[in-house]
Order: sequence, then C-alpha cells, then structure tokens
Amino acid sequence: MEDIFKEIEPQVYKSQISVPYQWWAGETASKFFITLRDEKKILGTECPQCAKVFCPPKKTCPFCYVDTKNWKEVGPKGKVITYTVVYRQLAALKKNVPVAYGLIQLEGSANAMLHYIEGIEPEKISKGMEVEAVFADEKSASIHAISYFRPVK
Amino acid sequence: MEAAIIGVGMTTIEKSKVGETYADLAWEAVNKALNDAGLGIDDIDNVITTSSDFWDGRTISCMAVGDASGVRYKNCSAVEGDGTFGAAYALARSLSGDYKTTLVTAHSKGSESISSIITNAAFDPIYERGLGLDMISACAMQARAYMHATGTTPEQLALVSCKNHKNAKDNPYAQLPMDITVKDVLSSEMIADPLHKLDCSPVSDGCCAIIIANADFVKKIKAKPVWIKGVAFCSDAYFMGDRDLSKAKALEEAAKKAYSMAGITNPQNEINVAEIYDAFTYQELMWIEGLGLAEYGKAGLMLEKGIFNRDGKLPVNPSGGLLSGHPVIAAGLYRIAEVVLQLRGEAGGRQVNAKRGVAHGVNGLCGQSHCVWVLDKEK
Repeated sequence: MEDIFKEIEPQVYKSQISVPYQWWAGETASKFFITLRDEKKILGTECPQCAKVFCPPKKTCPFCYVDTKNWKEVGPKGKVITYTVVYRQLAALKKNVPVAYGLIQLEGSANAMLHYIEGIEPEKISKGMEVEAVFADEKSASIHAISYFRPVK
Repeated sequence: MEAAIIGVGMTTIEKSKVGETYADLAWEAVNKALNDAGLGIDDIDNVITTSSDFWDGRTISCMAVGDASGVRYKNCSAVEGDGTFGAAYALARSLSGDYKTTLVTAHSKGSESISSIITNAAFDPIYERGLGLDMISACAMQARAYMHATGTTPEQLALVSCKNHKNAKDNPYAQLPMDITVKDVLSSEMIADPLHKLDCSPVSDGCCAIIIANADFVKKIKAKPVWIKGVAFCSDAYFMGDRDLSKAKALEEAAKKAYSMAGITNPQNEINVAEIYDAFTYQELMWIEGLGLAEYGKAGLMLEKGIFNRDGKLPVNPSGGLLSGHPVIAAGLYRIAEVVLQLRGEAGGRQVNAKRGVAHGVNGLCGQSHCVWVLDKEK
C-alpha cells in the first residue's frame, strides 16, 4: 500500500476526556474521614468473627464475609510493609519527585494503607521502619486529613 | 477438554501504529486468524471482543471493533480486561455445545493516552486515587516486597530484561528487540525504586485474534489444532494493602486448577514452554514461581543457570514477552497465540522444542487476578 504519511505528519484528533464524576464515600469511609478530620484519630472496622481490624476501614470482612460492626482506634503508629521512591515525574503524581509511597500497617490493623512517607531522606526509608501519621493542618474529610507518615523519632 | 485453538492472528506490536485505528488493527488480526484456520468469516458463528473503555477513550469500546470482527447479525459478547479472560469466556461457550467456532479479539493502543493517568484510575477513588499512584509505582512496591521476601537481586531482575529483549530479535512481531547487558539495565533511569526503565515493559499498540472450535468442528477442517487441556482463573483481594504482595497466591490457585484439569502433576517436568505476563522483570520471576515452574524464591537462580533461556530446559517468553512489547488487554491473548505457534512448530527463529505449553494473563494492579492456559499439541 502507498505510504500516505511519506511527506506529511500523521493526522491525530486531539481531545480530552473530562467527565465530572462524584463518588459517594458511603457511611464507612465518611465516619473514618470525619473522625480523622475532627478528632485526629484513625479508626478501623472490626470483624465480629475473626476479630481482625481493617484500616482503611471496610464494611465487610473479606475473610469471613460478614458485616464489620465495631469501630476500633488504630495507629497512629505503624510499620512500613513495603515502599517505593518515585524518581520520574509520572503524570499521575500530585507532588514533585522524589515521591515516596508506602504500604503502612497501623498498630492494631490487620491490613495496610497506602500513603506518602516524608520527613526522611528517601534513600533512608526501609522495610519494617516505624512510622507515624502526621495530620494535616488544613481540615479535610478525606485521605488528605493525613498529610503523610514520618519515621517515629 | 473437547476444544482447540484452530487459528491465531497477530499484528506487529509497535510504539504507535499511526496508520491504523484500533478497529483497523482488529481487521488485520481477525483476517490473519481466519487465513491461519483456513476459514472465512461466515464460518465463525460467534465473537468475543476484549477491550477497556479507559484505554480506548470510548464508552462501550467493545462495540467499536464489531464491524472489523465480522459481528454483523452474529452473536457477539464482550469482556473487559486481559485477552486470556476473553478467551476463557469463548472456551466456555465452545464447551456449552451451542457454538462451533468462537472468534476472540483483544486490542489496545497505548499510544493514544497517558498510561500513568489511565492506571491511576484503577485505584479506589475514596481511599487511594488522590495520592497519585499508578501501575509502575504500585508494582515497584510489589517488586520490593518480593525481593525482600526471596532475596532476589536487582541483577537477577535485569537478567530477565536481557533474556527477553534478546529473544525478541527473532520475533517479527516484537517492538523492542535489543542486545543489552545487566549493566545497561541497572544504569538505565530509575523510574520507581527498585524498577529501572529497562525493568518495565513499554506501552504499545497491537491486536491479537484467536479462533476456538469444538472437537466436532475440528474434525472437519484442515487446520492444525492446538488442544486446550486446562484453563483456570483466580482473583485476590482488590486493595493492595489486603494482600501479601510478595506472593502470587491467586496465580498458585489458578495454576493448580489448570494443571489438575490437564492431568499435570509435575509442571516443572511436564511443561516445555511458557509465555508469561512479564509487565515488569520481577513479575516474570514471581509468576514463574506462582505457576509452579520454580520453587518460591528460586526463579532468579534458575534464570542465572540458563534454564529459562530459549535453549534451556524450560524456555520462558521465547517471544521476548511483554518487556519487548506490551499492548495492554491484548497482551495475554498474544501469549496464547505465541504458545500455539510454538506447539505447531511454526515459531520461526524463536522456535523451541515443545509438546505442551502454558500461557498466562493478568488483570488488575500487581497481579490481582490471573488466568492460566495449558495447551497441548495432541488431544
């Protein structure tokens, strides 16, 4: 077939998909976020059968498949299960590199939450390191009510 | 199992296919698969398309490749996710006895969007998405968890990249055939520690199509069938923090089921070739172990011994794998097509000696869900 792009730039149709969308946080996440914002406390939900506590909290225990009825305070200290330091300014990042992310298992929680690790040179972060939540000054009922996790001094 | 793959078709995998829309890619792959099977479109009685609306930038993207896949006035259904899962749906239809010939397509054009933003949207919007993670940063965390648990080294990860890019030199469909060294990988840009640029697969364009037929139909045609002996899939928890990221438990379960269907008791000895979802170097090693082709934590050592090389005892990704070209969604279907060519002895310069092979696909962040196919030259 003839090469129709031989002497021209291939044509593209440039556009952007920008669809306003809202996700209802629901009862479970709302209670978690409001308590974070107003009391600077981190809550998890407890399974009545296996007694595991989940943070971020969930309405259902994935192991027992029952409602998690009780709220339990967890953290604010925890340990780094795994982590990465991002050095390329990937398009999804909200901060300038280097950006460190960790999966943080809070004291009393059976699972781990994703968040930033700051307050330490990124090269010095290690697996198993003890960290604690730093709460945001600005009031926000969202995951950003915690600014980041920093090493426990 | 009374079903076989009777035709495969692949487009070349490229960084950006400017000459074709993704429907055009489907047209090419479907026609290649039909020619391969010696069939015309009228011989196909139903179609499964596999696609992702976010990657395609189009709602109900499955419908947009219908015309190119010959679905007009036919039974057509769709799967969102990796092509291996679309093919599993096609297999179920074939085994139901209601369908003779099921065409499966899977496509994507990574060149048309920004993969970091697309994969960021896979995260939970309430708890996680706003933090700005994407597939690479998430998988970097899994890579670290796996390396820490097993003692697998950055050099061993790099060796996967060297092997696969070298294998791609004999694959005319591959995007990135290269001779590179461990040093090249380790000195390439550190994107998200511990993953260097050459530990990551590229973002690619491509489409793959296969045709699955029931045993009665296979008897009537001349095409060389490759028999489906076992297929299983299994999923882990959605949230990364709910899983043990250092292990591929869902893959172990899927593999066990697929092997049991195929009557395989010792996969290390009974599987002769494997095409595995190596979106990142560490994943090839982790998935090799999850598939029971190495003991947990030992794949790196076996790789160093050359066991997974094309001339080794158990060649893994002789095509060059996803590291040499990664059209998301289509990627797993390419793995199936590659194993089919290997078992038919039609893999050209990348041919290995194989009677039975395994193909593997992944859906979700950090291998949340796995699909395993055991294929055999003989019924």
